[in-house]
Amino acid sequence: MRATARVYWRILVAGFRRQSAYRLAALGGLVANLTFGLLKVSILFATVRAAGGELRGYDIASMSTYVWLSQGMLGSVNLDGRTDLALRVKDGQVAVDFLRPVDLQAATIASEAGASLFALVPRGLPSVLLGAVTVGIQLPASPLLYPMGAISLLLGIVISAATVYLIAVTGFWLVETRGLQILYMLASGFLGGLYVPISLFPQWLRIIAAATPFPSIMMYPVDVLSGLGGTASAARLVLLQLAWLAGVVTVGQLLTRAGRRRLEVQGG
Amino acid sequence: MTGTIIEADGLTREFRIRDAKRKRLLTAVDQLTVRIEPGEAVGYIGANGAGKSTTIKMLTGILVPTAGSVLTCGLRPVPDRRRLARRVGVVFGQRSQLWWDLPVRESFRILAAIHALTSTEERDRTAELVEQLELGGFLSTPVRQLSLGQRMRAEVAAALLHSPELVILDEPTIGLDVLSKQRLREFLVGERRRHGTTLLLTTHDMGDVERLCDRILVIDHGRLAYDGDLPGLSRTADAERVLVVDLAEPMPDLTGVGGARHLSSEAGGLRQRLAFDAEQTTAARVLAAVSDKAEVLDLTVEEPDIEDVVRRIYAASR
Amino acid sequence: MASTSAADRWAARDASLRERLRPYRVVLASRARSQRAYRTSFALDLVCSLLVGVVELAEIWVLFSNVTALGGMHFNQILLVFGLADLAFSMADLSFGHLDTLPTFLRAGTLDAFYLRPQPILLQLVTSDISLRRLARAGVGAATLGIGLATSGVAWDPRTLELLALGLGSGYATFAGLFVWAAGLQFFLLDGSEMTNAFVYGGRYAATQPASVWSRPLKLVFGFFFPMAFTAYLPAVTILGLPGPEWLPAWLGWCAPAAAVWSWLMGLLCWRWGLRHYQGGGG
Repeated sequence: MRATARVYWRILVAGFRRQSAYRLAALGGLVANLTFGLLKVSILFATVRAAGGELRGYDIASMSTYVWLSQGMLGSVNLDGRTDLALRVKDGQVAVDFLRPVDLQAATIASEAGASLFALVPRGLPSVLLGAVTVGIQLPASPLLYPMGAISLLLGIVISAATVYLIAVTGFWLVETRGLQILYMLASGFLGGLYVPISLFPQWLRIIAAATPFPSIMMYPVDVLSGLGGTASAARLVLLQLAWLAGVVTVGQLLTRAGRRRLEVQGG
Repeated sequence: MTGTIIEADGLTREFRIRDAKRKRLLTAVDQLTVRIEPGEAVGYIGANGAGKSTTIKMLTGILVPTAGSVLTCGLRPVPDRRRLARRVGVVFGQRSQLWWDLPVRESFRILAAIHALTSTEERDRTAELVEQLELGGFLSTPVRQLSLGQRMRAEVAAALLHSPELVILDEPTIGLDVLSKQRLREFLVGERRRHGTTLLLTTHDMGDVERLCDRILVIDHGRLAYDGDLPGLSRTADAERVLVVDLAEPMPDLTGVGGARHLSSEAGGLRQRLAFDAEQTTAARVLAAVSDKAEVLDLTVEEPDIEDVVRRIYAASR
Repeated sequence: MASTSAADRWAARDASLRERLRPYRVVLASRARSQRAYRTSFALDLVCSLLVGVVELAEIWVLFSNVTALGGMHFNQILLVFGLADLAFSMADLSFGHLDTLPTFLRAGTLDAFYLRPQPILLQLVTSDISLRRLARAGVGAATLGIGLATSGVAWDPRTLELLALGLGSGYATFAGLFVWAAGLQFFLLDGSEMTNAFVYGGRYAATQPASVWSRPLKLVFGFFFPMAFTAYLPAVTILGLPGPEWLPAWLGWCAPAAAVWSWLMGLLCWRWGLRHYQGGGG
């Protein structure tokens, strides 16, 4: 039990270290983040002002917080649906992965999560700081929200890794997962609250979004970290995330087993 | 026809490299001075990293020299790059210049359009090259599906489509099998005979050099270490070829057989390595002499490798 | 010898121009053909391109489901801005978008092949490919533009048509210049393509916004330095007869071509700078 935990920890750390080489790319990402962030701030502030200074619970300060937190999370969540695993499933190399004494799903998610956590340092934190300095953000009022925010962030990252894992695994049945990957890219950003906060959606669209795991990836962590709605609301969101995580991981595990069986039957 | 094809004077190229902590200055080409006249076939040899590719890049206008000057076909390569491109054909052994996912025939059509060949010129020249290089079998195949030998022949045809005065080939036979190498060499020899094209060939293969070149330039660490003909090179380098024979029965060391020097024996005399001076005798004669003494089951001939020759040249020039 | 008539001379000039354009046409035609050959893949690309355009539009639509005016514009008027920007960008992306593959050429050393052909290197790169799938997104832009024009009560007179043509043409040229600008910088950045993405794709995003919502620094960056406001917003306010915001008065809509010139100037400058760096010229 201890040994297995140590193995996964090592995979996490390796994923963490892999990213440190790309420093110039990280700087470029920061510049891109800042640019899009400032543009989003412009249009969303105009919207809040046009609504009289308060819109669905957002005022200027919390809207700014939303923008910078979501921009900061961009490097740590997978919103384009592409994974190395998908390529390995496509060319059959995944058969080698099954031979290893680690669970494919757990290892893949751990590795991706490790890389994502690392990205918080060069990309996530600076984005939030830059935003705080240039435009200003509001910090959560209650101290309880900080640890809850960290948990929510971590959950969001893991759910992201687990959900793109599902796409990769469908490659055992679908010859070309590109269609699915494109749909994922469009849905995860929009319904995940990347473009506008989900609370601004019309009622019917909000229901659709809530029926997907995407808000758990970005919108909920951002809401918890920004302290919108207080501790009770934050607790509710974290519980929702846990539920979605359980669901996505379960489906992923079932698909992995079925996929492995299919591979063996086909003579992988 | 113009005057001197290549005129290099003190041609130098330096690179600044960040080496761990310090910044180093690497001199890839150092004061290269050489003249190549029309119709010559020049082999340009040197170890990896000796400066061959850098020289070619300066000759064709890809890199700017740090010092010195060069005229290719009477033109300055960097300012007159486009005019020069009409008169030079280049084949890079390891990088393709064809359009990767298009059929070979399409690449030729595009190049004919790029070089503004008339339809008659295009038709006749393509037919000539297809016949000489035996490309007919795969004209409709996309370039990425070709074998290495097929691709090299197509690349050579592409480089020669516009009948350039100067053809530069950078490691064209690397990775090719013996038959393909031979065919390519025969084609180049024939092309020179038919059109008087000047040839500049960089290679690691002494076989290329022997069969194609009248003149050899050896470059070592950026400096020109030898400029002359092949016999002179062998003489200067004292290079030997090695005949490796596998015998039917173990034999004592075959010393002095056929004028060859015994190098080593393996498996108690079953396999023996004999070195001989290519100036004095041939592999066939040594083999005949060995066969007089013992039954030979199998044999290999090892050429002196470029690194060896270059090392000897460099040592001799000191 | 009998002198050639004027008609003969014109014909000869036309023929030589056609001849010089032939290699570019041949390559582009080959690329277009090979793209269409893979039917399902191409269809998928078209659908993806279309959906991305729709999602970007949805962002604006969601905002307008909460308010009636943004930056002094109603929804139909914003559609005009969005349509102009998206259409111009998609068409520029179609012809120039593949310039972002330059780092791949640089890493593999395959840019050298371009030096060995008697054509300008930038021209070879630009004509080396065409992204037909962008047509779907251009369609979204065109449809949005059409709807915006139809529903904003715009007068259909020569002035409007002139402004539309001017705006679209200049917008296309301005975005094209951005792609060249980004490519030139790639000679120095290599792995830093995200930095150029910031002004290319960030610029596209900025172009779809009404510049009246921008802060002053943003107006300097995307109003003048990367002249995105000139590609859609300013022509739009001129057509609609609205006043522009501070620092960007409406009559600047007529100056859209100046933005294109500036964009190409900077682009070509960075391109030459980058090429010279690649060749090791200048130290």
